[in-house]
Parts: sequence; structure tokens; C-alpha cells
Amino acid sequence: MVKPHGGRLTERLDFSDRAREEAMEMPRLSITLDEARDLGNIGHGVFSPLEGYMTREDFENVLEEGRLSNDLPWTIPIVKDVDKKDVEMLFQENEVALVYSNLPIAILKVEEIYPYDKKEYAEKVYGTTSIEHPGVAALMNKKKHLVGGKITLINDPPTEFARYKLWPKETRVLFKEKGWKTVVGFQTRNAPHVGHEYVQKTALTFVDGLFINPLIGRKKRGDFRDEVIIAAYETLFEHYYPRNVATLGILETEMRYAGPREAIFHAIMRKNFGCTHFIVGRDHAGVGNFYGPYDAQEIFYEYPDLGITPLFFRSFFYCKKCGTVVNEKICPHGEEYHVNFSGTKIREMLLRGEKPPEIMMRPEVAKVILSFKNPFVE
Amino acid sequence: MADEKEKKYTTVSIPTPLFRKIEERIKGTGFTSVSSYVTYVLREIIAEDEEDEEPFSKDDEERVKERLRALGYLD
Repeated sequence: MVKPHGGRLTERLDFSDRAREEAMEMPRLSITLDEARDLGNIGHGVFSPLEGYMTREDFENVLEEGRLSNDLPWTIPIVKDVDKKDVEMLFQENEVALVYSNLPIAILKVEEIYPYDKKEYAEKVYGTTSIEHPGVAALMNKKKHLVGGKITLINDPPTEFARYKLWPKETRVLFKEKGWKTVVGFQTRNAPHVGHEYVQKTALTFVDGLFINPLIGRKKRGDFRDEVIIAAYETLFEHYYPRNVATLGILETEMRYAGPREAIFHAIMRKNFGCTHFIVGRDHAGVGNFYGPYDAQEIFYEYPDLGITPLFFRSFFYCKKCGTVVNEKICPHGEEYHVNFSGTKIREMLLRGEKPPEIMMRPEVAKVILSFKNPFVE
Repeated sequence: MADEKEKKYTTVSIPTPLFRKIEERIKGTGFTSVSSYVTYVLREIIAEDEEDEEPFSKDDEERVKERLRALGYLD
């Protein structure tokens, strides 16, 4: 079994009544659902080796080097923003309760409060300061200070998808029980089209197991809604996937759309789930034209010490001449024979209530997507 | 800023002929200096030697298996 990032699976959990009672007596800091989900990810080791929100040294090193201060690869800051009023309160307190919708999710041991430069953050993480970029736009709305410190999870964050909610400890036992020594992880924020299926099955040909791990959380307008992604994969699994070598579990965290840096972050999380390999396709975690189509693959060459093997894929497409799904490496025919799996085109068809052709999307999957009144984030 | 940089980087001595060989080797590659190449190689080696994972206790593992069965992941 692959070792967790940093060598040990972090567990910052205390679900005792005592901890929960103590939290009720503490000063409170409000958090969003996405923040609650990420506290779950810290507490259960999805973000191993992180034990809490980054303090300044780690934060600055992540921006500057794409690594924690101990040199371990880490590309996305995991931080909590606070305003002036919060800062005054935090200076007085050692511990505060992090509360989502009246439910204390975690206790934060306050270690450091520090200002940060949003522009520098945007440049280093997103490679742009344009507010057209959804990650940058979200960052610019953040408060002006950050608070760092270890957390202890006292309640699991709420989830609408408990059936598919697995933590790294669980996936690691699952893979072991299934006898999978090598497992490839697949990150997705889309309902599957035939191109996705080919990528997944091609990768699966070379390893023992496939872990499809859709990302559930805040996304941008026009992306598939979470329940649609799950329903579409359930259908695909039912009709086209052998159960003994493929499994489905969700990951709840927001999309940052940070392209190359997020690809590394996605790989680290899958390593913690127990994956030995990770699929990186075209424009992984990208948005618009902010990144080159294969930037998210090239960044992996900067991380020889990542501890998970990336599997790089070029785009798959249907070739009328080959009569099957191929990619540019294996198809000798010209573009006039190619039908691309264009996400935009598929979305447009689904929005019009039309089933995409079978060479683009399995009919069973299209049917289930069309059964939703509105399959897309508004 | 200079202090910061000093804190993050340190100097290691390597034999001059080896330094020259590495200089030759990195010509035309993405490596911009001998230091960046040596850092890359050392990171690769050190990563293989990460601390061992703490195994789950038997009780822990049984609890997890029970949940996986309840969710339909295991028979």
C-alpha cells in the first residue's frame, strides 16, 4: 500500500461529548460549508500531513516553492481568512470553535494571525490576477488576515451523499480487502462521456483497481450539479463497469480551478486515499484559456518526490475511419474524421433536452441526466 | 529578504569534476543550474525513504470493514 503523503495518515478527531460540550463554551468563528468540508478533510487525513490551517511559514513556502516548509510537495494554501473583528477576538483566545450553521465542526488552536497579499497569492497559485478567473474572484472576496493553527474535528461536516462518503482510512481498507496493490485515481467534476470512460478503462488495464472520485463542492456556473454527476456514474457503473476492479467514492472540497497547481493537490489527496497512480488529462482543473492544455501534466516533472505516479492522457475522440474511440497518438487519420468529446457541445445538447449521440455519451447516462429538471449549476 | 533566502537554502560541497559533469548533463534540459538538478535528484531519493505508515489496529480495521459492508462496498 502506498504511504500517505508525509508518511503518516493524519487523524485529528475527537467525537467525545466532552469535546463537543467544551466547544459550545468557546468563542465562535463562523465557517462556510466548503470550509466545514475541508475541516473534515484535515481531520480525516485527506490533506495529510496537514494538521490544521497553515501558519505563515508554510503558507509563504507553498506560494513561493509549491512545498511546505519541510520541503514536502504542497501547492494549494489551506487557510482560514478572518476580518478585523475576528482578529481582535482571536488575539484574546487560545482556542475557538469553528461553527457551520450552528453546528460546531472543529476546535481551532490559534497559533498565528497574519496578513497576506492577495495579489501575490493569485499570481503564485492561479498564475493570474484576472478576476475573470473564478478562483481569483473568490480569493479577492476573502477577508484580509489568515489564522493558522491545528484543528480537532468534533463533528463530521454534513453531507448529502453519505452512501459514497469515504475517508482515506476506509478506502485503504477497501483497496486492501479487494486485493488491489495498484490503484488509479480519477478526479472528475463532470458527468461521464465516452471519452472519460476510455481514459479510465485504458488506465485500469495496467493496474489492479480504479477509484473514481468525483469532486463534490462549490463549482462554477454551468458545471454539472453534484447529484447529476453521482447519478450518471451510478448508471455507468451499473451497465459498463466490472464491480471487482472499479469503485466510486466522493471527495468533498471546492474546485479551485488552479490548473497545474491543483493537479498536484488532487494527486496528493488521491495518494492519501491509497492510490498509486493518478490520471491527468487535458487541461486538468483548468478554466477558460488560463492554462495551456498540458501545463497540468508538465508540472509533475517538478515533483520527483510526489510519491504517486501520474498517468498522462491526451484527449480521446471518436474516429469515423477507425470506427472506434482513439487518441492522437494512435490514430493516423485526419481531423475531418474526428468527433471530439466536447464538454461544451454535450452540455448544449443536454440543455436543449437532446440526447448526445451514442459515440459521445452512453444512452443510459444521457437518459439519467435528462431526467433532472436542471442538470447544471446556475 | 536576504535572511529569508539564507534560511531556506544552504551550501553543500561536491567534487568539482562531478559539478562539471552535471553542468554538461543539464545542457539543453529544463534544469537551469547544477543546484536545481542536484535538488531534484536528492528529492527523488529521499522520497523513497519516507517514514513508515502506522498500521491500523485490528479493532479499527474491523470497524471500517463493517461500515464498508453496510455501504455495499464489501460483501
